[in-house]
Amino acid sequence: MSATDTPASLPAPAAPDTQQRSPWGEVLHSLLRSGTFLTGLFILLFWVVCALFGQHFVPYDPLASDIINALTPPAADHWFGTDQLGRDVFSRVIVGSRDILTVAPLATILATIAGTALGLVIGYFRGIVDDIVSRVLEAFMAIPVVIIALLAIVALGTSKITVIVVIGLSFAPIIARTVRSAVLAERELDYVAAAKLRHEGALHTMFVEILPNVIPPILVETTVRLGYAIFAVATLSFMGFGIQPPSPDWGLSISSNYGMIGGGFWWTVLFDALAIASLVIGVNLVADGVHGAFND
Amino acid sequence: MTEPGQAANALELKDLSVAYRVGRRNRAVLRNVNLTIKAGEAYGLVGESGCGKSTVALSVVRYLPRNGSITGGSIALDGKDVMKLDAEALRRARADSVSMVYQDPGKALNPSLRIGRQLTEIFELAGITGQAAEDKALAMLNRVRISDPAGVMQRYPHQLSGGMQQRVAIAMALANDPSMLILDEPTTGLDATVEAEVLDLIGQLRRELSASILFISHNLAVVSNMCDRVGVLYAGMLVEEGSTKDVFNDPRHPYTVALLRCLPRGGQRKDQGRLDTIPGFLPGIGANIVGCAFADRCALATERCRAEPPPLYELGNGRLSRCHYHDQAQSLPRATPAEIAAAAPKQAPPVLQVEGLNKTYGSHGRPLRAVKDVSVSLRPGETLGLVGESGSGKTTFARLLLGLVAPDDGGSIELEGKKLAPRLASRSEDQVKAVQIVFQNPDSALNRSHSIRHILSRALKRLGGLSGKTLDSRLEELVRSVRLTDRHLAVKPRQLSGGLKQRVAIARAFAGDPRIVVCDEPTSALDVSVQAAILNLLADLQSRQDVSYIFISHDLGVVRYLSDKIAVLYLGRIMEFGPSEAVFSGPHHPYTEALLSAVPKLDRAESSRIRLDGEIPSAANPPSGCVFHTRCPRKIGAICETKEPELSEAEPGHTIRCHIPYDELASLQRPKTVEPA
Repeated sequence: MSATDTPASLPAPAAPDTQQRSPWGEVLHSLLRSGTFLTGLFILLFWVVCALFGQHFVPYDPLASDIINALTPPAADHWFGTDQLGRDVFSRVIVGSRDILTVAPLATILATIAGTALGLVIGYFRGIVDDIVSRVLEAFMAIPVVIIALLAIVALGTSKITVIVVIGLSFAPIIARTVRSAVLAERELDYVAAAKLRHEGALHTMFVEILPNVIPPILVETTVRLGYAIFAVATLSFMGFGIQPPSPDWGLSISSNYGMIGGGFWWTVLFDALAIASLVIGVNLVADGVHGAFND
Repeated sequence: MTEPGQAANALELKDLSVAYRVGRRNRAVLRNVNLTIKAGEAYGLVGESGCGKSTVALSVVRYLPRNGSITGGSIALDGKDVMKLDAEALRRARADSVSMVYQDPGKALNPSLRIGRQLTEIFELAGITGQAAEDKALAMLNRVRISDPAGVMQRYPHQLSGGMQQRVAIAMALANDPSMLILDEPTTGLDATVEAEVLDLIGQLRRELSASILFISHNLAVVSNMCDRVGVLYAGMLVEEGSTKDVFNDPRHPYTVALLRCLPRGGQRKDQGRLDTIPGFLPGIGANIVGCAFADRCALATERCRAEPPPLYELGNGRLSRCHYHDQAQSLPRATPAEIAAAAPKQAPPVLQVEGLNKTYGSHGRPLRAVKDVSVSLRPGETLGLVGESGSGKTTFARLLLGLVAPDDGGSIELEGKKLAPRLASRSEDQVKAVQIVFQNPDSALNRSHSIRHILSRALKRLGGLSGKTLDSRLEELVRSVRLTDRHLAVKPRQLSGGLKQRVAIARAFAGDPRIVVCDEPTSALDVSVQAAILNLLADLQSRQDVSYIFISHDLGVVRYLSDKIAVLYLGRIMEFGPSEAVFSGPHHPYTEALLSAVPKLDRAESSRIRLDGEIPSAANPPSGCVFHTRCPRKIGAICETKEPELSEAEPGHTIRCHIPYDELASLQRPKTVEPA
């Protein structure tokens, strides 16, 4: 739309008949119209509610064993049956979301912060800094998370903090790579040259000028990473490197019960597996929705 | 429908109305457009962006975007109603009778197919295959006069220059021998010299082919040179129509009158008065228009105009005007007073003195001399215009001045007698704020995440060294000086129009009281009426603050309006340097002569033209001797190929780099004085 701008008649910032939304308003608008996003959000919120309040509404104490009723199949008084110690599987699945929903998001946040800072630096300075750091990151990404975790646990011991740090740091390079490519495009724009022409420092240019403009790809990458982080936490717990007993954590439960599938006690494993799957799918649906909203 | 035996009109739009659906409402973009293009005729459609020009083109081929729909009227191509065609018939019509050439040839060509493949594909659709299709494709390339057609067939689009790409796109459009050719801003992204070639080509093809042409452009001069008849579109309505000569020489609608006045014409200069502007804004799409759509911006408007929509008055001789007072249109009062206080020429010492500046890039091991041995000087309050095709080193020179790139050792840049460090980081705060820039594209130059207040406050803090209350009061002053208001401070750049964004960019450059402001094509993305307002603003700021400009533009009319001195660059070398009047009125360097001749002009009937052949050579491998000899229309002989001419003084202060002596240039160029833009 054209506008000749003479002092006589300056326009109101938003013309009434164009209904301009702010960019974030537009993203929110398309998110709320996206079935993918809303479905994912519903699943995610369900597990968040379980994590926060589950212990108040579950029928049994998830940690209370009842050896006499061990390994009863799903029935009216134990919907998902009981495990080998007679603990109620339903209660354990509901409450089991608590640890994974603390550890995975914290790991993702750590990865996002570290990755964003790193990506800004290598994208902004380019040259030799970029060459060296990028190669190191690539080498780091080539090592499986499990191996890094094993080494870290040997060095630091098992704890939730270790899991958060291990997953956070192993995901940081991936986020750094995404941020770097966005920064490479941004730094060629004239507003960066304009900042140089004001003698702005590198930190100001990176964090005040460039960072706000690369938030959309960071948000998309973060939601995608959250899905992977959930999977990684579950995997580490399953292998015994992650969340430790007696937590009703899903990965841990599967790990301690999967030997009994052969005996026909499928309910001790199936519901935990379904829980992990549903949470990962929920987060991925959210990620898809966010990606779509930013790239429409 | 036409009577049998009578030639059908190539295109006939009857009461065409088109709407775009935005936010659950249909918004009218075209309102009852009636338009007829006779067989073999070239019809130009002009108007500012947002008037609906492209929508007309898209409707004709029924390529409207998904939310667009034809809400009324009819479109007939060769007498066939396009609206009634089924999918297959529509496909046939697109394949056989109508072709379109778009603005950006780079996007119209498939980047992963060779040119030959893309061309033969069209003939294969028509049932010609194998060698025959290839021969035909080659013939098409010959027809658009591309050099080395066989070689071009083997290349990919990115290996061709913009001008060659557009030639290929035209060849593709002509391949099916269409009866209707739609050109939507076909030369807008091209250099003036290339634009001139493409326009020449279209003109020649018109004589060879029978195709009718719908030529869409915002550039009035281009349309005036290319078209028989012209229609002026405003807010989706045809407001004036007639033969090109009549409309441009004797406009009968105030909008046309105002548009024509926005252009610097006939060598108009800043010290001779300001350009006229059009107040107000184009009605938004879908706006409810009562009365005349232009009434709010028209100084002639009366109560009648606001209440009663004017019909298209027939003025005889095929002329139409949608104005109740069409006979008075030319008495439209100016929106911007022309008078300015003439500044007395000063003899202050130069603010900028550049000596022997060089910049060499390494390109695949080969030195690429982007700027070679450039020396210029500039006084306070003066403007230096930099002119040349893309690739001539204009922008590199500007970036050297700013310190964004460091020059080769040896040359020097002096600001007010003090040497400027080559790198920005080693310049003092005072030197940094003294040299600022207004970029070409405000969307890239203004941080889209920041509010206008943040952008300008930060500049005042860093460049003006201000804070707190003094910053706030200076901010208010600054905003007023570029004619924005407080209201604009709270918003983000995307909420402003292109012209307002450019004002913010200008304000930022002026935050620290600069001595020199580089203006890199500051108006090339803007409509003419907005361009006029920005040029006026730059001229006002200059006369008030005694700031010097380095003004880069491909539009010679604009450069001439604002510049006191001109440097003509070619392959990084200054070919001509001197006072603006001397450079424009000549005698001038043959390159300057060619540049001036390439510019399409409104005021001039077709006269002898000089065309440059081929492309600007690569700076990595410049021609020997005079770098211009490969394209020079006035080459005198072997000396041009072997010896690089010196910049020699033609008149005091006016230097030309050419072997032809000044007197001889004068006599060569005298017979046909090239009228400047």
